[in-house]
Amino acid sequence: MRLLALLLRRLAWFVPTLLGLLAITFVISRVIPGDPVALVAGDLATPAQVEALRRQLGLDRPLPVQFVGYVGALLRGDMGTSLYTTRPIAEDLARRLPATIELTLVAMAFSIVVGIPLGVVSALWRNSILDHALRVVTVSGLAIASFWLGIMLQLLFAMRLGWTPLNGRLQGFPPPAVTGLYLVDSVLAWDWPAFGAALTHLALPAATLAFPALATLVRFTRAGVLDDMQSSSVLYEHAMGLPRSVIVWKYILRNALTSTVTQIGLLFGILLAGAVVTETVFDWPGIGTYAVNSIVASDYNGVMGFTVWAGAIFIVVNLLVDIAQGFIDPRERST
Amino acid sequence: MSGAWFVLARLCRDRSALIGLVLILGLVASAVLAPVLATHPEDVYELHPAERLQPPSPAHLLGTDRMGSDVYSRLLFGARITILIGIIAVGASLLIGVPIGLVAGYYHSWVSDLLMRVSDIFLAVPQVVLAIAIAQTLGPSLPNVILALSVTYWPWFARLVYAEMRSLQNEVFVESTAALGASPFRLVVLHVLPSIASPIIVRASIGMGFTILTAAALGFLGLGPPPPTPEWGRTIAESREFLPDAWWYALAPGLAIFLTVMGFNLLGDGLRDVLDPRIRRARANRG
Repeated sequence: MRLLALLLRRLAWFVPTLLGLLAITFVISRVIPGDPVALVAGDLATPAQVEALRRQLGLDRPLPVQFVGYVGALLRGDMGTSLYTTRPIAEDLARRLPATIELTLVAMAFSIVVGIPLGVVSALWRNSILDHALRVVTVSGLAIASFWLGIMLQLLFAMRLGWTPLNGRLQGFPPPAVTGLYLVDSVLAWDWPAFGAALTHLALPAATLAFPALATLVRFTRAGVLDDMQSSSVLYEHAMGLPRSVIVWKYILRNALTSTVTQIGLLFGILLAGAVVTETVFDWPGIGTYAVNSIVASDYNGVMGFTVWAGAIFIVVNLLVDIAQGFIDPRERST
Repeated sequence: MSGAWFVLARLCRDRSALIGLVLILGLVASAVLAPVLATHPEDVYELHPAERLQPPSPAHLLGTDRMGSDVYSRLLFGARITILIGIIAVGASLLIGVPIGLVAGYYHSWVSDLLMRVSDIFLAVPQVVLAIAIAQTLGPSLPNVILALSVTYWPWFARLVYAEMRSLQNEVFVESTAALGASPFRLVVLHVLPSIASPIIVRASIGMGFTILTAAALGFLGLGPPPPTPEWGRTIAESREFLPDAWWYALAPGLAIFLTVMGFNLLGDGLRDVLDPRIRRARANRG
């Protein structure tokens, strides 16, 4: 029952947040530019053409009416037409979304699988050489510009050593689309060469994207495990005569894993923000490159479409994380 | 003054904070002394097509770029832009975020809820995503980058100040000052604000690093100040078509961004340890 209440409370917060996001993008696209019609019409349009376009776009109506229309159109999935691809923006974004999801998921999996053990190890052997080395890595991870890291990895592994492809998602035809994720689709089609190729294409962008998230995760896990090791429950377990290995594997590690779930929302934010620039560096055909192509083409509809999608995905993920946290940690339900 | 010396002395004893401090001093020195330190100060605007894409040499310490300009000299002048963006954007975020946090924290009404919900919405979207949208709408220029970063960073300060204000409200010194009849303004500005200065300073230092990183990303995406401004992110974007041959062209500005952001992050961490004894133990764990 309390879980249901939590669910309802989170959902009740979800709608205003989404509306708030839309209000921000509305203000950015309709109010800041001064005259968005002139922006769409271009420099060569005559005043009469601008007026006609204003009526056609409904921009002669009062702002609150326009906002309702804007939200209504978005709810119907209508984000306008891209000036850049001349296709509906919602369609463009939907087609490009699987690429971004695949990249983000692989990067997230990588940072979790590598980051948590490293964090635990560096806490258990605190102030060892390994701990110090990891500290350098985590400090760097939060200071490095991911677009630059991506370029440096390309320079080393793709251009000099030739171990990985320079950019792109796959050469030749993709495996038959089921999920849109090439790794999954190629396994489903039992096409191992395609799987290998998809994996080598993913390696550099995923590593680039994962690095800051990995650094954050190592840092938090290390702090969490150290706090845990000084907690009274662990002290009690020591006093009970439990071997260190049992305490570490059974209690400390489990706590570390649970607290990671709460970090996923944060990680996702880091990854989503990083995806925009990382995709650009690696010509990855996701929604990040779409946003950048729209910027280059001065297609403000495309940029707004991306902002709404990216923001909405982020808000939904955080909602899911909140709910998952409620299931895992009973204390969350009462707050 | 003695307080500042105390903080400085403590910072110098912490190795990583000291490294941060040195890195930032290096950045400031490069920016201020750019005309003196630069070997080719005129190269910010001048082109030498005959000397384009030359590898590092005594004449050009970090080589030359696609226009034949000296990479090292442009890097130094780029430090000015970086500092300018960081200071104005973080300063503006402070000016917006701190008063909002104080007002929302002091009053217990729908105004507080509204202000905090608005800042939550900003925090609900990754900063770079909103900054891209704003910078794109306004057009690529230096003031617009700064504006986009300020508009998207203030909620961090509002959140922080709000939380601190709320937690101080039941402190004896706040209650007694209020009981003495101090006006809300006097209470908040003269009594509460100084005692929550430490976390604000720490956040500002980390915010400098974060803002500089986002600004570089905007520059890289073509939303930064237009050429010939020697902005670091744009320089990296320009260098891409000349890889792998002109590696110095891409390497140098990336390292500059890295060292700058690292400096502010390390200083922020160090300041947190020095300024807030309550969390010193926990911080020691966090490393």
